[in-house]
Amino acid sequence: MQDIRKALYVGTRSDGRLIERPMSPHLQIYRYRLSMVLSISNRLTGVAATGGAALGVFWLAAAAKGPKAFATARKVTGNPVGQLLLVGWLASVVYHTVGGIRHLIWDSGKRYDKEQLNKDGPVAVGVTAGVSTVLAAGLLGVAAKRARALAKAGKAS
Amino acid sequence: MTDSAPHIEVMRSQLGRARGLGAGGSGTAHWWAERVSAASLLPLSTWFIVQMFRLGGADHAAVVKWGGKPVNATMLTALIITTFYHAQLGLQVIVDDYVHGKAHLPTRILVKLFTSLLGLLGVVAVIKFVAAGNRRS
Repeated sequence: MQDIRKALYVGTRSDGRLIERPMSPHLQIYRYRLSMVLSISNRLTGVAATGGAALGVFWLAAAAKGPKAFATARKVTGNPVGQLLLVGWLASVVYHTVGGIRHLIWDSGKRYDKEQLNKDGPVAVGVTAGVSTVLAAGLLGVAAKRARALAKAGKAS
Repeated sequence: MTDSAPHIEVMRSQLGRARGLGAGGSGTAHWWAERVSAASLLPLSTWFIVQMFRLGGADHAAVVKWGGKPVNATMLTALIITTFYHAQLGLQVIVDDYVHGKAHLPTRILVKLFTSLLGLLGVVAVIKFVAAGNRRS
C-alpha cells in the first residue's frame, strides 16, 4: 500500500465482492460557488506571486550586475508584455494579501459562518479589483513619467 | 481479476493501519510559520510598493544608490528572505497535496532548492548595492 488514504477507498458489496468506494466529487459535479473560486485563486495567486518575486529578484540581480544588464531589464519592464506581467504580479500579490487577511481572520475564529463567507467573498473581489487598478495605474504612470524625463535629459541607461 | 480491480494488499484492515497514528507531528510548526511570515509580509510588501512609487522607471545609478542605503538594504533583505520562506512553505503544501508516490520527495527538495537559491540571489544583489555605496563614500 503506497498511499495511506487508499485504506478508505476499498469497500465490500453485500455479495462480498470488493468494490472501489466512490471518491469525493470533482469540479464538474459541484455547483459553481464564488467561495470555491476564491479558495483556489488564493493558491494560484500565491504561485503567481512567487513567479513575480522571482522576476523581481532578477531585476535586482540585473541592477547588481551592471548598467548593461539593467538596460535590458528596463527594456523588459518598459515593454507592453513586461508591463502586463508586472500588473499580473501586482494583482496576484493584492489578491493573495486579501485572501491571506481573510485566512488570518478565520484563524481567529471570526467571519467563518456560511452567510458571512458568502457576504465577504464579493467584497474581497471588489477590494482586489479596486486596489490593483489604483496601484497599477499609479505605478505604471509614475514609472513612465520618470522614464520619459530621464530620456529627455538624454542619459537613460 | 485484473490489476486495476480493487483488492486488499494486507490482511490487517487498511483502515486499521491508518487509524491511531495521530497527527504528522510538525504540522503546527508549519502552520505557525506560514501565518507569522504572512503577517510580516504585510508591512514589508507595503514598504516595497511605496518604494516602487519612488523608484519606478529610474535608471541604473538611482536603483543602485537606493539599494545601498542601510535602511533600504535591511528592509529589502527582510522582504526577500520572508517572501521566499513564505513561498517555500506554501509551495510545499501544494506539492504535498498534488504530488504523490515516488515523485513527492524529489519535488519537495526541488521546491526548497529553487526558492532558497532565488532568495540568495536577491540577498547577494543587495550586498552588491551596499558594497557599491561604500566605494562611493
